[in-house]
Amino acid sequence: MTAVLFQQVSRHFGAVRAVDSVDLAIAEGEFFAMLGPSGSGKTTCLRLMAGFEQPTGGHIEIFGETAEGVPPYRRNVNTVFQDYALFPHLSILENVAYGLMVKGVGKAERLKAAEEALAMVKLPGYGTRRPGQLSGGQRQRVALARALVNRPRVLLLDEPLGALDLKLREQMQEELKSLQKSLGITFVFVTHDQGEALSMADRIAVFSEGRIQQLGTPEEVYKRPKTRFVADFVGSSNVLPPDFVESLGFGRHHASLRPEAITLGDGPGRKQFSGRVTASSFLGAANRVTVEANGARIAAMVPASTPVPAEGATVTLSFLPEDLHTMDGAQ
Amino acid sequence: MSTDTSILSRRTGALGQLSDTFWRKPKILLFLMLTPPLLWLGVIYLGSLFALLLQSFFSIDDFSGLINYDFTLDTYRQLLIPSNFDIILRTVVMATLVTLASAAIAFPIAYYAARYARGKWKVIFYLGVMLPLWSSYLVKVYAWKLILAKEGILTWIFAKLHLTWLLDAWLSLPVIGGSSLSISYTGTFIVFIYVWMPFMILPIQAALERVPGNLIEASADLGGNPAQTFRHVLFPLALPGIIAGSIFTFSLTLGDYIIPQIIGSSRLFIGQAVYAQQGTAGNIPLAAAFSVVPIVIMGLYLWMAKRQGAFDAL
Repeated sequence: MTAVLFQQVSRHFGAVRAVDSVDLAIAEGEFFAMLGPSGSGKTTCLRLMAGFEQPTGGHIEIFGETAEGVPPYRRNVNTVFQDYALFPHLSILENVAYGLMVKGVGKAERLKAAEEALAMVKLPGYGTRRPGQLSGGQRQRVALARALVNRPRVLLLDEPLGALDLKLREQMQEELKSLQKSLGITFVFVTHDQGEALSMADRIAVFSEGRIQQLGTPEEVYKRPKTRFVADFVGSSNVLPPDFVESLGFGRHHASLRPEAITLGDGPGRKQFSGRVTASSFLGAANRVTVEANGARIAAMVPASTPVPAEGATVTLSFLPEDLHTMDGAQ
Repeated sequence: MSTDTSILSRRTGALGQLSDTFWRKPKILLFLMLTPPLLWLGVIYLGSLFALLLQSFFSIDDFSGLINYDFTLDTYRQLLIPSNFDIILRTVVMATLVTLASAAIAFPIAYYAARYARGKWKVIFYLGVMLPLWSSYLVKVYAWKLILAKEGILTWIFAKLHLTWLLDAWLSLPVIGGSSLSISYTGTFIVFIYVWMPFMILPIQAALERVPGNLIEASADLGGNPAQTFRHVLFPLALPGIIAGSIFTFSLTLGDYIIPQIIGSSRLFIGQAVYAQQGTAGNIPLAAAFSVVPIVIMGLYLWMAKRQGAFDAL
């Protein structure tokens, strides 16, 4: 069943088209990521699902029911806010129990459910504290528990990991993913971090300027970007100019080529070109080598085990033809 | 060249040396800046308050009219005789009603200003709230006297709207009525609210301004309808502002002696009693005892507000 359906949905603020004719269908139980830079419309889409914004055009359905004109408090959809939005005047337990309280669930029952939700996010016994006494990571878990205790049909997450440090973020990514699998709730996840979207989502919608540039599985979006924007934004793909692509024998198109698909030297069945090394940087597991070839700057990921060519040296590079993807109508 | 050294040459002159000293020892500057106001507050202000408190424990000799400097609680006992106690009761009831009504009127205005007003409208809001404070308090009170008078514009408006019967019915009510609005408790109440309104709006607005908008959204997201969001989120978080505003309106009403004198029935309020006792009657101890009443009431009020957790969100 379709959990969330957008048909030609627009949200304009004056002359600004924050969301512009967006179509999407999120399946029940799916982990769906909306990826894009700030101002691309992904958060506005999330707010349209939550009910904080009303569309200026188009049609929204949540589990088959029309969502336009339905206020947030009458939607069985819950949000984990970017900065958590915990109520500062309530204890952690009261925060988590809030949704049940306003629905009229009895005190003993709602506090028990809140305690269970806190245990689920690995914060048992934290109920008596105030939000101000918790660390960022703990507050993030409380926000998650506060949303999940209501057993929403769709959980919306607005860059929930943005404020956490790298290690905590990676840990939370895994926990979120396994939580989503065990609960079977539809997750809609907004992020500007492509790594996060690729590692967690079942499907990704890449947003730019209020429109979806590409919608597909992480692998599709990563390996076969449809537009230059997607190639640029998702990962750090090389976007090859039409002249260069033509010289390699692929016709006159823009094309994308992943840095890790390029190796130093030639091999059987590989396309090769040569360039001059302009820079290299050590990234731990690999070296990122930038070369200039036919006027294009191309980055290649070279395993740390291979020696790094000196700057200014001319090197031969090669790739498998199927790794190069031409893009139609790429701006 | 002198700029080749990493430590620039010392500033010469007394001022340069002085600012270097202050930079190294910031506490000296703080001490110098705070001493005069603290002396003022501690010695002159609190000192005279203490002297006033002391006066209330003396009594007056009924025959000679001279102050008897022996410690006694007789003066406080005098506060409890019906004619004096009525004054206290009347003032406290008026201050309570004025505070409640001010909060009810101020909240939506403050909410609008904090949540919706932007740019030009914010300026208009501040001007609208502050403008009445720029003109003399007496002028405003006398203007209200004219507005509320029997021949005033309010009576005229009621007549034009064919609502004279409503006004007359209101004025015929016992206690709060009178022969016209300008000589009734209703009139006193209206003018108190008008005059203290900025003191209620601004603290509430400041409190609401600090409530992040996403808390309102979070409440709605969790299923709270607007009434529930107000009750469980907005009101508790705005409470420190409401308490701050109510301290202004409550204490200002408790102490005011001009408005009830110009607008209202001739029955006394605490401020007028203090004025009359220390002036014409020359009974300084009783005047002092009267002025201790608002201090005690405010103390009790703040203690209760703190116990209710009104300042927890600060």
